[in-house]
Amino acid sequence: MAKKSYRQAIAEALRQEMERDARVIVMGEDVAGGMGAPGEDDAWGGPLGVTKGLMPIFGRDRVLDTPITESAFIGAAAGAAATGLRPVAELMFVDFFGVCFDQIFNQAAKFRYMFGGKAVTPLVVRTMYGAGFRAASQHSQCLYPVFTHIPGLKVVLPSSPYEAKGLLIQAIRDDDPVIFFEHKAMYDEEEEVPDEPYAIPFGEANLTREGDDVTIVAFGRMVGFANQVADKLAKDGISCTVVDPRTTSPLDSDTILECVEETGRLVVVDEAHPRCSMASDIAGLAAQHVFGALKAPIQMVTAPHAPVPFSPSLEDLYIPSPDKIEAAVRKTMAS
Amino acid sequence: MAADIKTIVMPKWGLAMQEGMVARWLVAPGAVIKAGEEILDIETSKIANVYESPVAGPLRRTLVAEGETVPVGALLGVVADSDVGDDEIEAFITEFQASFVQQAEAAVGPPEPQMIEADGRRFRYLQIGEADGPPVVFIHGFGGDLNNWQFNQEALAAGRTTYALDLPGHGGSTKEVGAGDVAALADAVTAFLDAQAIDRAHLVGHSLGGAIAAYLALKRGERVASATLIASAGLGAEINMAYIEGFMSAKRRKQLEPVLQLLVADPEMVSREMIEDVLKMKRIDGVEAALQKVIGAVFPGGRQALLLTDLLGDADAPVQVIFGAEDQIVPAGHLAGLPSAVPAHKLSGAGHMVHMEKAAEVNDLISRFIEG
Amino acid sequence: MQLSREELLKAYRQMCLIRAFEDTVHEEFSAGNIPGFVHLYAGEEASGVGVCLHLTDKDCIASTHRGHGHCIAKGCDVGGMMKEIFGRADGLCGGKGGSMHIADLSKGMMGANGIVGGGPPLICGAALTAKTLKTGGVAIAFVGDGGSNQGTTAESLNLAKVWNLPAVFVFEDNGYAESTASSWSVAGDLVERGKAYGMPARRVDGFDFFEVWDAAREAIERARNGDGPSVLHVKLSRYYGHFEGDAMTYRAPGEIDAVKAQKDCIALFKRRVTEAGLLEPDQLAAIEDETAREVADALVDAKAAPPPGEAKLLTDVYVAY
Repeated sequence: MAKKSYRQAIAEALRQEMERDARVIVMGEDVAGGMGAPGEDDAWGGPLGVTKGLMPIFGRDRVLDTPITESAFIGAAAGAAATGLRPVAELMFVDFFGVCFDQIFNQAAKFRYMFGGKAVTPLVVRTMYGAGFRAASQHSQCLYPVFTHIPGLKVVLPSSPYEAKGLLIQAIRDDDPVIFFEHKAMYDEEEEVPDEPYAIPFGEANLTREGDDVTIVAFGRMVGFANQVADKLAKDGISCTVVDPRTTSPLDSDTILECVEETGRLVVVDEAHPRCSMASDIAGLAAQHVFGALKAPIQMVTAPHAPVPFSPSLEDLYIPSPDKIEAAVRKTMAS
Repeated sequence: MAADIKTIVMPKWGLAMQEGMVARWLVAPGAVIKAGEEILDIETSKIANVYESPVAGPLRRTLVAEGETVPVGALLGVVADSDVGDDEIEAFITEFQASFVQQAEAAVGPPEPQMIEADGRRFRYLQIGEADGPPVVFIHGFGGDLNNWQFNQEALAAGRTTYALDLPGHGGSTKEVGAGDVAALADAVTAFLDAQAIDRAHLVGHSLGGAIAAYLALKRGERVASATLIASAGLGAEINMAYIEGFMSAKRRKQLEPVLQLLVADPEMVSREMIEDVLKMKRIDGVEAALQKVIGAVFPGGRQALLLTDLLGDADAPVQVIFGAEDQIVPAGHLAGLPSAVPAHKLSGAGHMVHMEKAAEVNDLISRFIEG
Repeated sequence: MQLSREELLKAYRQMCLIRAFEDTVHEEFSAGNIPGFVHLYAGEEASGVGVCLHLTDKDCIASTHRGHGHCIAKGCDVGGMMKEIFGRADGLCGGKGGSMHIADLSKGMMGANGIVGGGPPLICGAALTAKTLKTGGVAIAFVGDGGSNQGTTAESLNLAKVWNLPAVFVFEDNGYAESTASSWSVAGDLVERGKAYGMPARRVDGFDFFEVWDAAREAIERARNGDGPSVLHVKLSRYYGHFEGDAMTYRAPGEIDAVKAQKDCIALFKRRVTEAGLLEPDQLAAIEDETAREVADALVDAKAAPPPGEAKLLTDVYVAY
């Protein structure tokens, strides 16, 4: 076991699953890079180098560079999945879903239901999300609520390198289409990650902190922020449970509701926009099922209902921060 | 002068420990403490445990308040006889703190586990210490790994070579367990000894590891300098299958916590991270199948398959047995059936993880037994 | 290359089966017995059958919203299809898909598709599977003239060529995308579009089964041999509206009657094989009777079959959730 980055953990999961199962292939724009170009082969490994090194091991037949053609290659991944491969397609930025969503939500997600249970579509779409890179409105969105809305899809938001490896291995072994969200600001975060392959089951929330006063439900990158806040507030005598649902579909609502019942206070932290978001979803669940246990109004810490701005001064205001989370926890404690 | 001043420092429990919190002082300045006396509760992210004093004498000063977290090696208290002046103690502390900071900066990393290929199988092991003479080899129990010896290995490494290995199916070792029974696992340990070029070793085995050590003492006596069997399997038919089944079926922290609490007399000892580590281990590819195979071979029908009690009196190597009086996994009553030639120790206030719960006493028993 | 007697009989049988099926669905829909809406393939039979006669179960096709003919040509069970269209529990898709989503992956039928242009990317994937796993299979995208204008289709042509996939894109141009004429909506020429992507492309008379069969043979062999994708632009006509209930006021008076009288693909086939002495008229008549009976039986069974119960509402969303 050694410290590995989020990027290394994802690459290791891909490599180990490709070694284990010859049906696993990787495809996407520049996943190797340099295809047909006069310079170096395997030039990129994706824009942030996550898949670099796979092509020299597995060859161009299993690490397929595509033209810039999301609708064709995401659809091809769906078609390949339905016919016997286990493709891992990289949708470079989730913001590009607009040009290929039909292939995901009308095709891959619905095959099994429309075809009366006879289709198996073991497709993984890996995609980068999240703000913080000064990448402006079309390369910074979260959008996982959109995918979570669609029956037939599973949606995964790994919150650390350990989580990323185990959840990606589960995604690849899973027989349903999975959208795997990688936060672009987390690739260099490090922690201990086992060298061996391991799978973390979907739909089982992880309690990263356990406390008595407030339940903080946070998603993806926000889990780390929530942990920071919980650790800080513990010194002030405020004890927080932090719930990392790991997957928004399936969602471990039982664990979330149990924690809310135990603490009586709920703060939801979601980097997505507030309308029809995970924040509003979790708040709705709590209001519907454990209203009587609530000691204070539910607090939601989200990005605003606005596109992600470019200017660093604005983007820093836009992203839910540990300070905002702390303020929300203190507010719910005060009422 | 400083030779008369003894230190109590934050201990290092296991490889990952970098800091610890003083949860509670059990003695106050002025008290005369004995070596091995429980003097404070320490909590790390991995474990909460009581710390037994390595030194004896009047406790002159405590330097860390309850609730404070300090790095491993930090000065917690000073022990010195009354003829040492307060000014000398102040000077000692000043010097210690100055040099401690320097040490921390120059710190070399802790020993890291290594991998070795033995008879076609990969083993993970941790070596601490290097000295002549037969090394000490620690063999953990069912579902454990080399970290189970975090309170023992370093303590016994002074003047000795020590190895803690991960058994097949466990930790970082191969997930191939062969037949999965005690004989197959004992063969794996023998292969490990061969690969390390160890002719004879002092074996220290816990639970299933105890049965393996006992088996080797009986069948491969020429390789065994001594065997210490801790909360050992192989000494009676009873085994708490509710624990074994709970260990296997628990997928979440909430389910696993009450199961792991069966291992210790004080359930508070089981930390969240200890539970998380077990869950992480169980998720590794091949672990579940390997453990199931071991269960089927070692505990068929919910009873222990291999009973060695009657044979132990005839073992070529000296054997001793240690149990925690409150063991809820393997009953301490198994001590009663041992041949009289085999030293038996029952430690009160401890459960199945007696080597962690009463580390100083167990380390002392092992050390004295080895020195013969 | 010549068709064997068995192949000719099979071709005729399938075309008759499709025609009988679609005529029956037309009548039942008009009588209000079928829920939702249906798009019928009558008139286009030579295309689906002429292509699929070259295929086995290891080959895949993706169809369109007008998919019944492709399903039958690819070997889907007619009884199961009829039940599906009636929304019955033991329909081919358990009554959950209906006319626009009939599929049978075990037959290589990847589904009719409610999204115009939905199929071509999927076919790139099926072809990639065949290529990666070296199954020797090919994958065929049936696309309408409407679907030819979708970005997915353009992207798929490009990707299939770039990846050198064993794929064939069959554009079934029946002259109308819904009510809009392909002569207006398709800029340029579909054969030229295929050529522009660097792949062989051929215009085919879709009323002539033999021409379709021959062109498909060439394209499918090329794909199987690893020589990459091709385009077929099949010109044909549909006898019914875009969907059932479409009054087809956009079509010329007498247009359909003229096609039926002069170019009906089944009639042309029949004339050709009997005139050449390849098949006897009574053999063909027997097939006509037999297929009509098969469809009539399927209809009786479908009407009598129970609908899915509430227990089926939430099954088959996931393999495991």
